[in-house]
Amino acid sequence: MKPRSDYELSLWRRLVRFVDGETLADVERRAEENRVSDALSQKKVDVEAETLFEQQEKEDRDDRKRRLEMEHQKEAEELLEKYKNWPKEHGVKIFGRLYAIMAVLLCAVIITTLLVTVSYLPEYGSPDNPNNNEVVEKYNKEGLQDTGAVNNVAGMILDYRAFDTLGESHVLFVAAVCVMILLRLELTKDGKPTDTKRAEEENDRLYEPKNDKILQLSAKILVPVIIMYGIYVVLNGHLSPGGGFSGGAIIGAGLILYVNAFGFEKAKRIMNRKNYAVISVVPLLFYALAKGYSFFTGANHLESGIPKGTPGNILSAGLILPLNICVGIVVACTMYHFYTLFRKGGM
Amino acid sequence: MEILEMILLSFLVVCAVSVALSKNLLTSIVIFMAYSVIMSIIWMILESPDLAITEAAVGAGVTSVLFYITLKKIHAMKGEEDDEAEE
Repeated sequence: MKPRSDYELSLWRRLVRFVDGETLADVERRAEENRVSDALSQKKVDVEAETLFEQQEKEDRDDRKRRLEMEHQKEAEELLEKYKNWPKEHGVKIFGRLYAIMAVLLCAVIITTLLVTVSYLPEYGSPDNPNNNEVVEKYNKEGLQDTGAVNNVAGMILDYRAFDTLGESHVLFVAAVCVMILLRLELTKDGKPTDTKRAEEENDRLYEPKNDKILQLSAKILVPVIIMYGIYVVLNGHLSPGGGFSGGAIIGAGLILYVNAFGFEKAKRIMNRKNYAVISVVPLLFYALAKGYSFFTGANHLESGIPKGTPGNILSAGLILPLNICVGIVVACTMYHFYTLFRKGGM
Repeated sequence: MEILEMILLSFLVVCAVSVALSKNLLTSIVIFMAYSVIMSIIWMILESPDLAITEAAVGAGVTSVLFYITLKKIHAMKGEEDDEAEE
């Protein structure tokens, strides 16, 4: 801290010096020195200040005005920036925290609800369960007689509840159509993709198979087996586990493996746009013709006229076998079509 | 059989949690496939082979393939750029 200019002359200082052992003469001399030095420095400062002041006075006035304006502007800008950034910095943070808390809460609520519900469920496999009623009894006892299918599930979904499965097949078909609307390449009138689309998709053609020997050899061995197994599952749907949907999915997976190994050019020989349209629509139409009337008869099925045959034979169970084949074809086509649409927007 | 069921069910829970927690999308898909396979074994144990076949074909097969293609399309697979650069 700097002492005041008249500190040396103050009463307190004088007292201190007196205690320290200074004489009165000393004090007077010191006071004189002080006065002289003070006057000198004052004069110097005065001269300097006068010149400086005159120079600066004009500049200062302008400068101060400008600086004030600048400062005001700066402050305003900073305030605006802060105001603008607030939601970015704090709003998102708050929202994120709230979101996390609400997500955890929602999860906890759903989990507790499900657990409480599960705790009320009857014991698994107990004979007193409410679902073990006359409906199940009827299906178990007379299912084989009514439908001729050894596999009770196939008898259920393709005979008793065939119109449900009809709806399911159509759901799958509609899903394929929707994916097609979303992902299909637009074609010009000559049947070639438009230029912009082609440029976009050209990048993806890099992913066409590059004659991978290992993949091709394994595909050569596996694809026939997979497709044969799929056909077996479809045809044996009324005798053993499986049926149209699962067999169709297996065939579709086999086709996808084939395309991966040998490319779209070879697969196009069987599965092109025209064939796809025919192959997937005709079975659906056949199915709708065979079982569509159920909507009008209240799910009571009529006699198809096809003999039931002996249960256990491949040619038995009336309409179930052809319906299984229909569903299998639709599902296989749809799976393959999904793959081609995802891969390059069309067959 | 009871012990096997317990092990499979605990695997199921572990798979379900780790799918959500894994940072890499490719890992998520592989874990999802494992989930489907375990689920199809559980369907077998619950005496519904029809569902088991469907689960194995659709869940572990076709769905995962579609996921792979999507990942490739959005360039989310690691090391893919190197593959392209080599050609």
